[in-house]
Amino acid sequence: MAVLTEEQNLLRDAAEAWAQERSPLGALRKIRANGDGLGFDAQAFAEMAEMGWAGIVVPEEFGGADFGFHSMGVVLEQLGRTLTASPLIVSSLAAATGLKRAGSAALKQAWLPKIAAGEAIVTLAIDEGVRHNPAATELRAKKSGAGFKLSGVKRPVLFGMAAHAAIIAARTSGEPGDEAGITLFLAPTDAAKLSRAPLIEIEARGAAAYDFGGVTLGPEAVLGAVDEGGPLLERMLDCACAGLAAQMLGSASAAFEITLAYLKTRKQFGQLIGAFQALQHRASVLLGELELTRSAVESALDALDADAPETHELASLAKALAGDTFRRVAGEMIQMHGGIGMTDEHDAGLFLKRARIDDMSFGGAGYHRERYGRLAGY
Amino acid sequence: MTWRIPANRHGEPRWAHGSAPISPELAGKNPYRYTSDGAYADADPDFQLWLRRVVDHGWGAPSWPVEYGGGGLSARQGAIINEEMINAGAFHPNRTYGEMMLGPTLLEFADEVQKRRFIPPIARGEVRWCQGFSEPGAGSDLASLQTKCIDDGDHWIVNGQKIWTSGANHADWCFCLVRTDTTRKQGGISFLLIDMKSAGVEARPITLISGTTHFCEVFFSDVRVPKENMIGGVNQGWSVAKRLLQFERGSLASGRAEEAPLGPIARKHVGVDSQGRIADADLRMRVIQNDMRLRAYEQSLRRTRAEVKAGTGPGVPVSALKNLGAGLSQERAELMIEILGQRGLGWEGDAFTPEELEATRNWLHSKAYSIYGGSYEVQNNITAKRVLGLPSA
Repeated sequence: MAVLTEEQNLLRDAAEAWAQERSPLGALRKIRANGDGLGFDAQAFAEMAEMGWAGIVVPEEFGGADFGFHSMGVVLEQLGRTLTASPLIVSSLAAATGLKRAGSAALKQAWLPKIAAGEAIVTLAIDEGVRHNPAATELRAKKSGAGFKLSGVKRPVLFGMAAHAAIIAARTSGEPGDEAGITLFLAPTDAAKLSRAPLIEIEARGAAAYDFGGVTLGPEAVLGAVDEGGPLLERMLDCACAGLAAQMLGSASAAFEITLAYLKTRKQFGQLIGAFQALQHRASVLLGELELTRSAVESALDALDADAPETHELASLAKALAGDTFRRVAGEMIQMHGGIGMTDEHDAGLFLKRARIDDMSFGGAGYHRERYGRLAGY
Repeated sequence: MTWRIPANRHGEPRWAHGSAPISPELAGKNPYRYTSDGAYADADPDFQLWLRRVVDHGWGAPSWPVEYGGGGLSARQGAIINEEMINAGAFHPNRTYGEMMLGPTLLEFADEVQKRRFIPPIARGEVRWCQGFSEPGAGSDLASLQTKCIDDGDHWIVNGQKIWTSGANHADWCFCLVRTDTTRKQGGISFLLIDMKSAGVEARPITLISGTTHFCEVFFSDVRVPKENMIGGVNQGWSVAKRLLQFERGSLASGRAEEAPLGPIARKHVGVDSQGRIADADLRMRVIQNDMRLRAYEQSLRRTRAEVKAGTGPGVPVSALKNLGAGLSQERAELMIEILGQRGLGWEGDAFTPEELEATRNWLHSKAYSIYGGSYEVQNNITAKRVLGLPSA
């Protein structure tokens, strides 16, 4: 556990208590049963916003707390422990950071206070192909009068059915594969000619497909500068990766603790299965992986707060380790529980599905190893 | 001497990176080579000067009590001194077996006379200690040790054999586990300090697969040891040893020098593709993976130091850190040999560069990392039982 400030300790305790009481693992089952495609509990999200968590990285002048990325990570880790589904990472962390850094005065005023209050969800519409790769963006935004005309498909857009607006990565010049030539737009999701369809996935993340069949946007919708959205997008994705890695760390830690408790209660061959050395050693190895992951997550959050030059590397390090560790712990959770872990009634499956969903979001472990390697000169 | 270490008003050192008052020849070097090999340290005047400077400042053992030659600082301040030295590209020159393991143990278990006799020379870095624990028949199962210790009035008479005793051929003294009662396992062990110059002590270096002779066998033949050299009382040695092993694990897991990146050497030896990447795609990903995990390991060391310093927690359990660090270093040594290809197979001679030869020896030596100081398996047992609270069979 990092050395936290007194305020961060209070924040962590509040998030832990709230998640255990108001958003336990069972809450996720209800969201799944809802079938509304939102992927989260609106009432629960309203409570999170009341606690101030939707405005943690939003500047005070726009109704936020300006409390930093590490503080956001502290909350996300606790929410991850109960697999709480919420648009905090896309909206209150990544989109809010994009607006804060590059939004016009009008865009900031229009969206930041609502994000901080939990009244609006602004999502990210980045991915198109089968895997995360922003440079491969194909969706075109063609000059049309003073504005732009967008055509193409984005999927998956996280919490896309509930979102009130989306930050869209569109190609305004160059070819798919070019890092340059991408422009970011902020568009309300009720824009004419935008059609949205829910994606029914293995686990709740409110995913949707957005079809931009000739959506027209004015120049005021541009976030930052035309053709130069790449660095801003990278910053937003670093935020999303570090925040999601913190949440994954919480999820993996909880999966590990549940499994450990089972090893101490389940008996076979006349003894507790936790007394078997084969299982003890696997559990010990998992602890080491969780500790490495915690160090990487906390370092990435600190780098974001300091706006350090190595932020890109450290965000990828955190996301890659969190992906590897969470998937490994979730797999061991099922194996060590045996048959009961395979049942829908048991929570192990929730962790396994979430681990795969989280790993795929904003780039899997393989993507981030490659990105880290490129940044480090390999 | 006009030289002094800059400190803030709390007596804590403050150096900018690279500005520690250490000789440039020493900066970035592996402190392990000096502190574990008496002959190596004696031969290097730069090291001797750095040791004297730190000891004269009272920081040979910064957080031990002043009456036993320590610096009288808090554990937190001691941690800061270590951290600042590492941050500044230096290292603490007195991180020896005596300072890391025996000294803290004596502070807890020795009587007043023993403390005043044995601890100050350790704080001054004057005595080289070796650790006589393992025996041919007692490795991971240490408590099955058999070295005999018989009461002979005002002396003990010791007979037996120790093995894997690091630096015994250069050591002045040995802290040793001996059997004073053959009817009980742990309850028949005593902790004894033996002068290596005593009649009947013989240390023989063991040549390892790497060609090095760091480890020794030590033979005790009717060695007479004064009664007052026993620590913690007769048959009380196992408690003393367990505490000392905790200090050992802590030292193995802390303060490691950062390793140079493998990228440049891989590009040079393996070549690059049209995009400037290491040409062997499979090797490239394994190098990247090791680099990333090593970075997270270094972050873990920093986090552990920060948490201990702030008193907010114990940091990463040392039994887990030891296995992670050993595994990553071993993997790195393997990768280095793979990168060097045919040039990583040399043993000696001018046909290979000194760096290539060192990489080969380092690879072979690295196999010891997961054996010494409690094997990989023993560390996992410790994590399972003491950290995770899993039951015993």
